[in-house]
Amino acid sequence: MDTNGDAEVKVVPVRHVGQWFGTAFLALIVAMLIHTIFSKLPSGGRSCHKVDGKYSCHPILTWRFGWNSIFHYFTNGLVLKGLLVTLELTAIAMIIGIVLGVLVAIMRLSHNRLLSGAAWTYTWAFRGTPVLVQILMWGNIAFLYPKLAIGIPFTHIYLVHFGANSVFSLFNAAVTALGLNEGAYFSEIVRSGLIAVDEGQTEAATSLGMTRGQTLRLVVLPQAMRVIIPPTGNEVISMLKTTSLVSVVAVVDLLGAVTNIYNQTLQIMPMLIMASLWYLIVSTILSIGQFYLERYFARGALRTPPPTPIQRLRRDLRGIASKYRTKRGVQAGVTS
Amino acid sequence: MTEPMVEAIGVHKSYAGNEVLKGVNLTVARSEVTCLIGPSGSGKSTLLRCINHLEKHNAGELRVDGELVGYELRGDKLYELNDRRICHERSQIGMVFQRFNLFQNLNVLENITVGPVNVKKVSEEQAKKFARELLERVGLEGREKNYPTQLSGGQQQRVAIARALAMEPKLMLFDEPTSALDPELVGEVLDVMKDLARSGMTMIVVTHEMGFAKEVADTVYFLDQGVIEESGDPKVVLTSPSSPRLQSFLAKVL
Repeated sequence: MDTNGDAEVKVVPVRHVGQWFGTAFLALIVAMLIHTIFSKLPSGGRSCHKVDGKYSCHPILTWRFGWNSIFHYFTNGLVLKGLLVTLELTAIAMIIGIVLGVLVAIMRLSHNRLLSGAAWTYTWAFRGTPVLVQILMWGNIAFLYPKLAIGIPFTHIYLVHFGANSVFSLFNAAVTALGLNEGAYFSEIVRSGLIAVDEGQTEAATSLGMTRGQTLRLVVLPQAMRVIIPPTGNEVISMLKTTSLVSVVAVVDLLGAVTNIYNQTLQIMPMLIMASLWYLIVSTILSIGQFYLERYFARGALRTPPPTPIQRLRRDLRGIASKYRTKRGVQAGVTS
Repeated sequence: MTEPMVEAIGVHKSYAGNEVLKGVNLTVARSEVTCLIGPSGSGKSTLLRCINHLEKHNAGELRVDGELVGYELRGDKLYELNDRRICHERSQIGMVFQRFNLFQNLNVLENITVGPVNVKKVSEEQAKKFARELLERVGLEGREKNYPTQLSGGQQQRVAIARALAMEPKLMLFDEPTSALDPELVGEVLDVMKDLARSGMTMIVVTHEMGFAKEVADTVYFLDQGVIEESGDPKVVLTSPSSPRLQSFLAKVL
């Protein structure tokens, strides 16, 4: 069409036929899934109406996934209470785990053999046994130690003593078990983070006259955070789900609450789907938090931090807007 | 004040049976620049690291400013110093590394102030003021908010020098400060070091820059296989070496 000197050469992109077929197939599967998720089933009952003196009957249809009961129970008081227990368990267990993990990791790297040995043994024991077993053991700790006391070791002189069951209430037992287990895993995460920091950083800090504590606090730990944060996010999300095990010691968390409900209403699947939706909502929020935390601790390590989703959206919109503007500009140029 | 800044008498150091320093004698006078040269593995860096106790020497006497490094002589016994005292000794000796080792989590200004604020307990404001002066001195004013990764190697090394100077050390140690730099960046770092030498700082420099040694050093020590082969005025040592080892070394590097 254009025959003058700088004629434009048209570029024909490669056609990916296979990709088109694949996409079409996937779209079909997705459509089927969505259809089945929102399909209805005959409940077995019939509803009959008198029309023109004659009864006309048709079967009653209900949601296959029980959406109406999910909707009905979604913000039920018991469910929300259970959710709160789940969140509390996750938060407290993670705090215990993180504090213990950092301590144990530092002990593990200590020059003192006794400290590093103790740290190793702790990790070995708590990482090497199932968390479910640990929860059960802490729940039944009173069988081993009916009474706890503070006093002089190896004597019967006590300052204070209390029953184990009062200290290790069901919730406390569960949170102790989860926290101690998490500490063992978390110490390994922290340790790998500490090891990942270049030795030159420690040397430079030492040569400035910093003590070992200062070096750790001001230089090594902040840099280790970059390595520690991503797996920590995973650990929090993993903990959120692991807390569902506490129902074995009769703590009523989200799953416990849901179980209690379906034991009465017999709507097993809808209630389990509802619990899953809640778990998904919370883990999504946690993932968003993780993204921003990672971005914060990457400062200094990356020349330009990755854009946030909001920044990316804004950039995309700007791109579309400018494309639109140039298109209009070209047309305007043609008409004038 | 005739006492030397650094004095080493028969210093030995070995790692797991491998003897790196085999009785090194060295004297560094105040306000003098001393260059340590020699092939890699000759023990130059190890000697430097012994001086600020990053490594413990195994035998011999090592004194900085008249005080034994890492030990204290009471009566006829040597007592190992506790961590606090060793940290205090180190805080008076500045060190510049081959790989810069700037703190990656801190920006330029924080890199320079973190030592004075936390070790010398200088106030934050005072430390910042001094840091800005030092940045101007190394020609990096206006870079305070940058992180180390955003700087070139030469700029990083100049920040590292400013960081060491912020502690107001009585002695500066340089461990191959230009070896990790692109050739065109070497000059800017050497200029800062020359400037520092002119200001009267006592410096020990491990280097492969023979031009720098010839121009700036008061004394040059040639180390080979853990012993000092030859030492003296750089104009003599580097132009007409008497030991055959130094002759062949210079033939290789020049």
